[in-house]
Amino acid sequence: MSRKLLLEHINVPGINTLDVYRQKGGYRAVEKALKTLTPEEIVEEVKKSGLRGRGGAGFPTGMKWSFLAKPEGVARYLVCNADESEPGTFKDRYLMTYIPHALIEGMIVSSFALGAKVSYIYVRGEMMPQIRILEKAIAEAKAAGWLGKNILGTGYDLELYVQPGGGAYICGEETALLESLEGKRGNPRIKPPFPAIAGLYGCPTVVNNVESIAAVVPIINDGGEEYAKIGIGRSTGTKLISASGNLVKPGVYEIELGLPVEEFIYSDEYCGGIANGKRLKATVAGGSSVPVLPANLTLKLANGEPRLMSYESLSEGGFATGTMMGSGGFIAFDEDQCIVRNTWNFSRFYHHESCGQCSPCREGTGWMEKVLHKIEHGHGSMEDVDLLWDIQRKIEGNTICPLGDAAAWPVASAIRHFRDEFEWHIKEPVKSQQQNYGLAYYANPIEKAPVTEEK
Amino acid sequence: MLKVEEQTPVVFSSELLAKFDDVKSRYPEGKHKSALLPLLHLVQAEYLWVSTHAMDRVAEYLNIQPIEVYEVATFYTMYFLKPQGKYALEVCRTGPCCLVGAEKILDHLESKLGVKEGEVTADGLFSFRGVECLAACGFGPVLQISPDYTFYENLTTESVDKLIEDLKNK
Repeated sequence: MSRKLLLEHINVPGINTLDVYRQKGGYRAVEKALKTLTPEEIVEEVKKSGLRGRGGAGFPTGMKWSFLAKPEGVARYLVCNADESEPGTFKDRYLMTYIPHALIEGMIVSSFALGAKVSYIYVRGEMMPQIRILEKAIAEAKAAGWLGKNILGTGYDLELYVQPGGGAYICGEETALLESLEGKRGNPRIKPPFPAIAGLYGCPTVVNNVESIAAVVPIINDGGEEYAKIGIGRSTGTKLISASGNLVKPGVYEIELGLPVEEFIYSDEYCGGIANGKRLKATVAGGSSVPVLPANLTLKLANGEPRLMSYESLSEGGFATGTMMGSGGFIAFDEDQCIVRNTWNFSRFYHHESCGQCSPCREGTGWMEKVLHKIEHGHGSMEDVDLLWDIQRKIEGNTICPLGDAAAWPVASAIRHFRDEFEWHIKEPVKSQQQNYGLAYYANPIEKAPVTEEK
Repeated sequence: MLKVEEQTPVVFSSELLAKFDDVKSRYPEGKHKSALLPLLHLVQAEYLWVSTHAMDRVAEYLNIQPIEVYEVATFYTMYFLKPQGKYALEVCRTGPCCLVGAEKILDHLESKLGVKEGEVTADGLFSFRGVECLAACGFGPVLQISPDYTFYENLTTESVDKLIEDLKNK
């Protein structure tokens, strides 16, 4: 069994309550941080831990904290990004549902480190049940003196509030989130200035993902160096992976970074293999925005070495043969899934969620959705595949925020690795409506079952 | 959106206004516009949708222009700009849920309820729509029911039938 830092006590009955959470060692990090460490020392521990942002970008959290401007007499804010909306990702929802105090404890320690007196947890509006859970937990913590005025007699004051979103994927982008928190449409801001200089209400602000903030708790308890011993290379610590799609045991797993992808998919400790005895066709390893990979490239690098669940190994080979860690939203496709249909589905998602600020994204996402709809429904032409390639290339890198890239990459990677499946849809407009393309040569010969011939 | 003249004027109850005051107290002096999204959720929980009249009252309460409320209410997908069923069912229709049968659930709801997506059943009880990822991909297909957003996972056509019967008899 690998080490668990965040989900160690997930199965303890009542761990969602303050009492049980305390019995399991909860809020030790707050005591240690507020009574024995300075804010600078906490930032230093987080830097030493090598913790990288768990929301998707993978930027070192300690470094992000050290960029925070500290002008005299100006409020500073910590905002937790709990707008989890990346398709394939549901780890933050899981954490907030079952161990809400882990997030609250992390928020207190992190707010203290950053000098924030008021902090917000921005939760996507659809998660009303989680909002109620967090509000209850915050009330418990406040009643017990972990929040409010003069926490533990140290003179440190902190108020923590939960803010609901309104149902917009774009608010997961940190500047759109801040706009939304200010009561506006979630249109991302042009950077610079970065939130560390001018964020919420124009004040210096740090925005961190739920899992990143929760990870600060074990980092303070055990020390940054201990945390950095877990994992591999620059991918330190543990990571929550949301596993979905055609798996025997989908769900949220805490892994030590560096676990072989093959072990994650097939071992009984994790996903237990592909559901219904089928074979793996493809995966999206880090949430819908990252490139889709065929089974063979999922399990092995281009040079034949095993691919690992780490920031570096997943991106090994660039976009030609690799993908990204992203948010850790691991989606598995079995042999009966259609790549064209899924790409169309994702394109519809990005079209729906584009905020409309930048024309390449506003127009391009809708255009890609239409072309993909055509191909999927048997009305496509060969030029459409090239057209799709051309559109995605013109969106990528040409927008204010990364939603444009996120919309372009799934399309680009699907064409890069599965072009023959697109062409088959076009050449076989009738057949493609009745059956799917199947596995072709994508499956790694790892599974015992023979590759079925197309009917 | 319904035309303004088709809507009933709205007066917020003192209980609702007390909730508004509580939300408004979370933000620094002069930054009360931050309360807008939570306030619209409170309005929707009370009236099951957000009418133009209600938006105007929210604007008055926050001392901002009505357009500042309209632009927000129309940007975010959770706010219903026309009346819905008492139980508004929202089924996730994004990739991972579709891998495990979300499209079947949507088709089933359409035939079970006898209305198309976005329409309300004759008895006023139900409406449904497909929505984008609800962050429960490992437990799909999933649906949620507003206004309190109770959540149902691992749906089958049978479990959906049972859910609808249960709601009818509630």
